[in-house]
Amino acid sequence: MFRIRGRRSATIVATVAALAALTACGAKTDDSSSASAAGATIDTSGSSIKVGLLNSLSGTMAISEVTVRDSLKLAIEEINAGGGVLGKQIEPVSEDGASDWPTFAEKSQKLISQDKVAAVFGCWTSASRKAVKPVFEKNKSLLFYPVQYEGLEQSPYIFYTGATTNQQIVPGLDYLKAQGKTSLYLVGSDYVFPRTANKIIKAYAEANGMKVLGEDYAPLGSTEFSTIANKVKAAGASAIFNTLNGDSNVAFFKEYKSAGLTAEKMPVVSVSIAEEEVKSIGTQYLAGQLTAWNYYQTTEGAANEKFVKAYKAKYGADKPTSDPMEAAYTSVYLWKAMVEKAGSFDVEKVKAAAAAGGITYDAPEGKVTVDGPTQHIYKTARIGKVGDDGLIKEVWNSGEPIKPDPYLKGYSWATGLS
Amino acid sequence: MTLVLSQLFTGISIGAVLLLIALGLSLTFGQMNVINMAHGELIMAGAYTVYMLQKVIGGAGFSLLVALPVAFVVAGLMGVLIEVLLIRRLYARPLDTLLVTWGVSLLLQQAARDLFGAPNVQTRAPSALTGSIHLTDDLAISSSRVFILALALIAVAAVTVVLKTTPLGRRIRAVMQNRDLAAVSGLATGRVDRLTFFIGSGLAGIAGVALTLIGPIGPTMGTNIIVNAFLVVVVGGIGQLKGTVIVAFVLGIVQSMVEYTTTVSVASVIVFVVIVAFLQWRPQGLFTLRTRSLA
Repeated sequence: MFRIRGRRSATIVATVAALAALTACGAKTDDSSSASAAGATIDTSGSSIKVGLLNSLSGTMAISEVTVRDSLKLAIEEINAGGGVLGKQIEPVSEDGASDWPTFAEKSQKLISQDKVAAVFGCWTSASRKAVKPVFEKNKSLLFYPVQYEGLEQSPYIFYTGATTNQQIVPGLDYLKAQGKTSLYLVGSDYVFPRTANKIIKAYAEANGMKVLGEDYAPLGSTEFSTIANKVKAAGASAIFNTLNGDSNVAFFKEYKSAGLTAEKMPVVSVSIAEEEVKSIGTQYLAGQLTAWNYYQTTEGAANEKFVKAYKAKYGADKPTSDPMEAAYTSVYLWKAMVEKAGSFDVEKVKAAAAAGGITYDAPEGKVTVDGPTQHIYKTARIGKVGDDGLIKEVWNSGEPIKPDPYLKGYSWATGLS
Repeated sequence: MTLVLSQLFTGISIGAVLLLIALGLSLTFGQMNVINMAHGELIMAGAYTVYMLQKVIGGAGFSLLVALPVAFVVAGLMGVLIEVLLIRRLYARPLDTLLVTWGVSLLLQQAARDLFGAPNVQTRAPSALTGSIHLTDDLAISSSRVFILALALIAVAAVTVVLKTTPLGRRIRAVMQNRDLAAVSGLATGRVDRLTFFIGSGLAGIAGVALTLIGPIGPTMGTNIIVNAFLVVVVGGIGQLKGTVIVAFVLGIVQSMVEYTTTVSVASVIVFVVIVAFLQWRPQGLFTLRTRSLA
């Protein structure tokens, strides 16, 4: 019989570890495009115009991105029912990014050069956006990105319809400060968004007399939070700022509760937990906690009532609507407004129409305006509290839409961040 | 002081989780020398068993209790299936076994994705296990962790009793210590292998049940923890149950203490460095089995 002993078994274990690491990392991103520099050709022949929908329909991000795809489709259906854009019906071409960043780049190239789409809507994680950015820039084609992100980016070929940091994180901090919270503990997943966000939070705290008592990162997908919960408890901060992503939130909030912490004693402000996530983490763990977004299902207004009603009618009464879904829905209408103003589907003309200003839309979150120079949109910041029914109720808003400032140029404490 | 105590308990509870995961491995890897990369997916199978039972039965507490034996059998049978179809044909070819079972693990992950959907799922914990037990005003330990610790200790005790006192245990040890001699003495070594594999895989199922109390259930939950479990078995000494137990707890406590003073990533690095250094000094692990075999 073959026996494995000692050093040999150690070697084998090392091999095992290496194998695991290999599958975990995946490949490095590369745009792998072979585009002409002349700009994308858009197929405007025929009675319909194609647009691309690029979302992860499989893999770890599917849970979130499928809801975005659904709201994009809803918007397209509504526009088509109302006569389409420039007399043409919109024909969506759906591609699966498969939660894999190189796939995103590959599929966006396919949508641009093969389907000759007028614009692409989609992406969720910053990693996928960073992967497709060079593809859109090289092909001079348009991407509408619907998710809040870490800012410090402004591609000429991307329209950002989610919040940048000064429309979400900074108002969240303003709210905590107004509530008399003087110290923070930062908990986040270990990747680009939380690390960049925390850099901004620390700069803010320093300038505003708040203390950051600790900062901890857990690997994406990590489920071991007992030590972090103990550290948070021992530090005794007056609030926690949570930039954890995905399932780690489940484990974190379970340990948080086990450690005897409560929303009254040490509230958690989360920036990646929307209605859908509340449902999957479990309301009993989240009731009373705070979130920072620009839209909730409960946001008041006729436009939102119409959106929520239409969404539930199409996809089921138990399906909640969330901020990224709303931003995706809005992005299609904004594109329509730009195209109609330009009188053409041509990318440069559409961009010029947006740059000239005055592109607005009565979105479910309230009236939004495209900011020409940054290609972001004016958004109202809203702090919400998770209720016992799993819905998020607004407890504070910024009163008026905040001008997007992706590089935080308007904040003196933020110099040196970018 | 409270802090040290609560971190100590955190360490013990991390150790308990490690122990539960490593226990099955200490049988299949430790006793049989089979490197089963799909062990993590058997853990996953156990976890999904809880999820399915909760859907069928409903009650969180009752379904968790029912899930323990059911997960044991489900994971055990899956393990036997893998053993009969693949591993049995690859004994004495450890690297081939490693690659083949790695493939099986990918297969099972994809199967889980197709069956239960790509997003991770949650189970409801019974209300008795969601709170914490207050030892003093400041010192609270989570009741689900206490449950896992108890489960781990019971599992260790059960395995020890089976190995030391039952005829089956005697046969398992005989085959492990000297397969050829056991065979000539009239033992059906193939059958013993299958039984050992059943128990080892079944324990993975139990570990899966326990993990549902801590985190979400997903297709890749097994791969995330399996490397640490292999480490525990190797450092403890191949085929040594007591080594596995001691190392699991020591590793858990060291991990939590280092993590407290540094960060999660640094703690993992330090633990790995310590393990590598330890294996340089004692390549055979903490304990070794004295046998008369020549290998």
